[in-house]
Amino acid sequence: MARPAMSKLSSTMKRQALRTILFALPKVMNLKASRLPAFSESLRQRDIVAWIGLQDESIGRLLEIRDGRFRARTGKASEAELTMTFRDVATALKMLSPNRDQGDIIHAAKNFNVVTTGPDDLVIWFAQTLNMNDTAGLPMGTLMRDGSRRFTTCTNGGPLFVYVKDGKILRVTPIEYDKNDPESWVIEARGRKFSPPRRGLVAPHALAMKSMVYSDKRILHPMKRVDFDPDGERNPQNRGKSGYVQITWDEALDIVSKEINRQKRVHGPGSITFPMSSHHMWGNVGYYLSSLMRFANLIGFTRVAANPDSWEGWYWGAMHHYGNSMRIGVPAGYGGVEDALKEAEMIVFWSCDPESTNGAYAGFEGTPRRLWAKELGIEFVHIDPHNNPTAQLLGGRWLPVRPQTDAALAQAIMYVWVTEGLYDKDYVASRTTGFDDWKAYLLGETDGIAKTPEWQEAETGVPARDVRALARKWGGRKVYLAVGMTGAGFGGAGRGATGTQWARCMVQMMAMQGWGKPGVNFGALQIGAPNDLHFYFPGYADGGISGELLWTGNAVNNYQRMPHILTMNPVKQMVPRQQLPDAILTGQATGYLWDGISQEAQFAPFTYPMPGYSPIHMIYRYGGSSMSTVTRSGRWIDAYRHESIEFVVNQSIWMEGEAQFADIILPACTQLERWDIGEWCNSGGYAHHGTSLVNHRVITMQHKCIEPLGESRSDYDIFTAILSRLGLGAVFTEGCSELDWVKRVFDSSDLPDHVSWKAFCRKGYHMVAPAKESLRAPVDMRWFAEGRNKDLPEPHPLPSQFAEKFGTGLQTPSGKFEFLPELFRRHTSDNPERQPLNHYIPSWEGMRNTELASRYPMQLIATHSRYSFHTHADGKNSAINQIEDHRALIAGHRFWLLRLNPADAAARGIGHRDLVKVYNDRGAVICATDITPLVAPGVLKSYEASAEYQMVEVAGETVEIGGCLNLLTSDRPQVRGTSSMAPNSCLVEIEKWANADVFRQARAA
Amino acid sequence: MTKWNLIVKVGRCENCNNCVIASRDEHVGNDFPGYAAPAEAVGDSLIRIQRRVQGSAPMVETTYLPVMCNHCDNAPCMARAGDAIRKRDDGIIIIDPVKAKGRKDIVKSCPYGAIVWNEEQQLPQTWIFDAHLLDQGARVPRCQQSCPTEVFEAVKLDDAAMQKKVVAEGLRPLRPELNTRPRVWYAGMDRWTTCFIGGSVSHEADGLIDCTKGAEVRLIRDGSILSTTLTDDFGDFQFKGLIGDGSAYRVEASHAMGTAVQTCELTDSVYLGELRLT
Repeated sequence: MARPAMSKLSSTMKRQALRTILFALPKVMNLKASRLPAFSESLRQRDIVAWIGLQDESIGRLLEIRDGRFRARTGKASEAELTMTFRDVATALKMLSPNRDQGDIIHAAKNFNVVTTGPDDLVIWFAQTLNMNDTAGLPMGTLMRDGSRRFTTCTNGGPLFVYVKDGKILRVTPIEYDKNDPESWVIEARGRKFSPPRRGLVAPHALAMKSMVYSDKRILHPMKRVDFDPDGERNPQNRGKSGYVQITWDEALDIVSKEINRQKRVHGPGSITFPMSSHHMWGNVGYYLSSLMRFANLIGFTRVAANPDSWEGWYWGAMHHYGNSMRIGVPAGYGGVEDALKEAEMIVFWSCDPESTNGAYAGFEGTPRRLWAKELGIEFVHIDPHNNPTAQLLGGRWLPVRPQTDAALAQAIMYVWVTEGLYDKDYVASRTTGFDDWKAYLLGETDGIAKTPEWQEAETGVPARDVRALARKWGGRKVYLAVGMTGAGFGGAGRGATGTQWARCMVQMMAMQGWGKPGVNFGALQIGAPNDLHFYFPGYADGGISGELLWTGNAVNNYQRMPHILTMNPVKQMVPRQQLPDAILTGQATGYLWDGISQEAQFAPFTYPMPGYSPIHMIYRYGGSSMSTVTRSGRWIDAYRHESIEFVVNQSIWMEGEAQFADIILPACTQLERWDIGEWCNSGGYAHHGTSLVNHRVITMQHKCIEPLGESRSDYDIFTAILSRLGLGAVFTEGCSELDWVKRVFDSSDLPDHVSWKAFCRKGYHMVAPAKESLRAPVDMRWFAEGRNKDLPEPHPLPSQFAEKFGTGLQTPSGKFEFLPELFRRHTSDNPERQPLNHYIPSWEGMRNTELASRYPMQLIATHSRYSFHTHADGKNSAINQIEDHRALIAGHRFWLLRLNPADAAARGIGHRDLVKVYNDRGAVICATDITPLVAPGVLKSYEASAEYQMVEVAGETVEIGGCLNLLTSDRPQVRGTSSMAPNSCLVEIEKWANADVFRQARAA
Repeated sequence: MTKWNLIVKVGRCENCNNCVIASRDEHVGNDFPGYAAPAEAVGDSLIRIQRRVQGSAPMVETTYLPVMCNHCDNAPCMARAGDAIRKRDDGIIIIDPVKAKGRKDIVKSCPYGAIVWNEEQQLPQTWIFDAHLLDQGARVPRCQQSCPTEVFEAVKLDDAAMQKKVVAEGLRPLRPELNTRPRVWYAGMDRWTTCFIGGSVSHEADGLIDCTKGAEVRLIRDGSILSTTLTDDFGDFQFKGLIGDGSAYRVEASHAMGTAVQTCELTDSVYLGELRLT
């Protein structure tokens, strides 16, 4: 080891050592170059003269790169184009040692003990080239018999092998584990042993990667809107209408960097905003919370504060009953797979369709576990307006509930439990507070209405007898309640007007049934596999290379494990995401924070604009998903065309969504065209230990499989190029290429204890051995049910947030489960929509809304799409787009699908695969029908997040044909005093599209 | 001589379409001379999934059926195509990507509709059992490799051994009456071809309607009892495996709380709704 040996040297000897290193440096480098063609090739790109030495110039040499070779000579720093100077010998030796410590480097840089001067692009090139030492010439991937090379990657839907030949992707296949990988876990339940398949059960959108890379919708060149002149008329009113002209990268980068500076100069901090979207591509370096966050911080921006769109009802509602703010109010799911298989007698799926939502990133990893449950005779019940794919696969009793009335159904079940004594009285007495008040409400003592099964029938459409039967069956058995995408939280029912009521009811029900006791918990066998959760590898939300400590999970582990220079956004102004268009159009917006640190942060409003900052005048948009993912999204069109928005740049891979509203379009490449590293299903952050959703923890090298198509570039490269024009490139890159950052992420994790960097690069993945059986994670809430101290491996509640002693009780003020949350009593008792007592309040856009319902009698629910991942993999002429149950090909156009009951179709003269207009006062979208008894009458079931946004005029009628159903949804928050969204509360009418024939004829012509 | 067969387990398909996408991934943009020319990026899929939904809310049953080239031993397409289509010794049928150029007529020759017309290449194309991969040593075709629920099982057996398996596992080809002798076999086809009669039994007690658990329900045709079952916790019953031939059925439910009767003519599966005991 170089460092300890060096530290024993005398001061004179250290100086001599530095001289020797500087003398030997060119020889060592030339030797490397002779062995590594890639390194040698890179050296030939530029000739430079650098001076390396001490800041007092008492030791130093000129290092020259000319014609691909290093030379050194004596000389002065002033003779060099760039200098790298050290404050003292000790720093120099640390920095130049072969086994240098990243912490030392960062410390030296942050404290100006090492200073680099010179033109930014030259400094970056010099540093990146020297770094190639570590990476150049490493064999990447595995050579196959047919001459192709097998690379690896990880996607939103799982890890893949990527086979490449002659610079072209041949195919992608699900990852398959080999005999050298660790043995899989085994669960013993009811006399049987279960072990998962030795391959990745990946999602459809993962397998569609190649089709997305080679999509004809790729943006391959930088482009400028034809009527946008940065130095003259900008014509904001024509955004989304005018066409584009191809420009060079230099032109594009000049325009963007000049405009950034102009914004700063003319308007000051806050005028630039970077609306960020998740899930575009996988990987810890390229993820938006990583590179983009670092880029944005170095410029300064008005933060678009996201609402907890995945959680909603859990965050604004359920959390206050039991805490878990770290998980935004959803249960943790620890140990759920083994416990359910061993103990549960029934699983009630409530707004839970893991066969469609895949636990977000887990593909079909949970599917075999649910099939095991079926083999074991565990019964299933499905509560959903749609007999969804999970219900279709597993079977079991379906209770088709009217959308947004779930809370009424839940309360009627609890009513039966109370009146028939079918709840855990000891648990309620010892572990909860406020039950008497809740019971009084259920019995009608509070408001005169007993919440009987008969009462709920008028709301939900579910026969009272079925509710009574379910309540009795449930009350007498050990039941897993499966909610949302993980089975332990989330869910479409939580994203409507009554979302908080529903989520609150879900936890209240579990508290009545002894939440945490064997076989009594949340889960769908989707979360809680017995993986080794203690092996450290950061998730995508853990900060990556961002340097951002407050708005990512960076500070928890990543910042210490991967020393890097922290970055900060100096702008305190924020705008709530759902109100961003209004903020632009009206100049004002109020929001409430999504915060994972406490239960209380959400009660304080923040307002836009904030004194001291500029309103927004420039939008730097990354991707183009807003049109189909933000409620009442037609607002975006007006916002983009608003005169206050002086500049819009869009950095996208595909020409889709709102990319067409930009002034300048920067073409980004896909993850298969750049380096990255990532672990399957490891989001980190609020989904701490989320890797328990998959059957094997798999960390992948995300190889750069092919060169970027056309002139497209990696996001990181684009950010570097822009920042270099602002003199910030070296700060942004820390002298690292993407591959260098990948190596730094590798080094920061537990991987080096198990696999060498070289072997990892070649094989492409590492499987983490499962936890020894005796070390498996305990079951979530078991400690609470048994009155013990908390024993789960999660860092929250914070030490300060326990009611009595550290580790004792829940995060609530009482430390118990609160049927009437104290925090609502304290903070929102004046808000009729956020009362301590979880009243049933009919949806503000539902069937009780009689005036609106008389005009728009159908309830539209648009949940997460099954084949695409939000807008990812939809459109683009991808393989997903060709799936018959994803879009329907009619008149040469692939229309978004709308599922409806035969009775509703017949009443309107609508046939299967007809084109229909679905509309309300907010807009009109054309879809194709799927007529099916799998949807409850009165309901239109579709999906959110069409990638395509295509407004067309047909016979004088303006309609959208891409499938952006969020044009029709309300932008009202679920409940007042929150920044929540309620897209699943949407009343519409549907009719056969009168202009379908005109459209067909126009297409045929 | 062992030959390839594909077994499709009907009740396990959940319509995830991974097989459909994997097959597109394999052929779009890739030329495999002697096997297949590149498929169209936006064309029809070589593997398709059909859907059947039986019943109505709340008693529905959905079945998905993946269909593709059957690699028939008595293939109508070969009869039509002459030397443009050949059958390999291992049973796999290959439409010659050179000789079949322009032969749109071949598309219609398949009674299963399994041949896709590639407009770009002017070629009829099918799912080739991933013969090019098997020839390089792949153990299974990509549909099997990508399927999360193990719907597919490719087996290479001699015909006698396969016949034994067909009998032992009750495997059936699609439309056996065509006598095309497919090499793609389906397990559990009853779920695709037969019907059910279901309903929910209830009763009134103390002014409330409740589901009747444990009611005895009899299925009667032509005056004779075909089957008897008991209702579950929701009062639900279901008679499966019936032929939708328009026959008249009578359903009788009895329990200490009373009796109820319903009749129907069965053409497709039917959920009779609530049978209230009186």
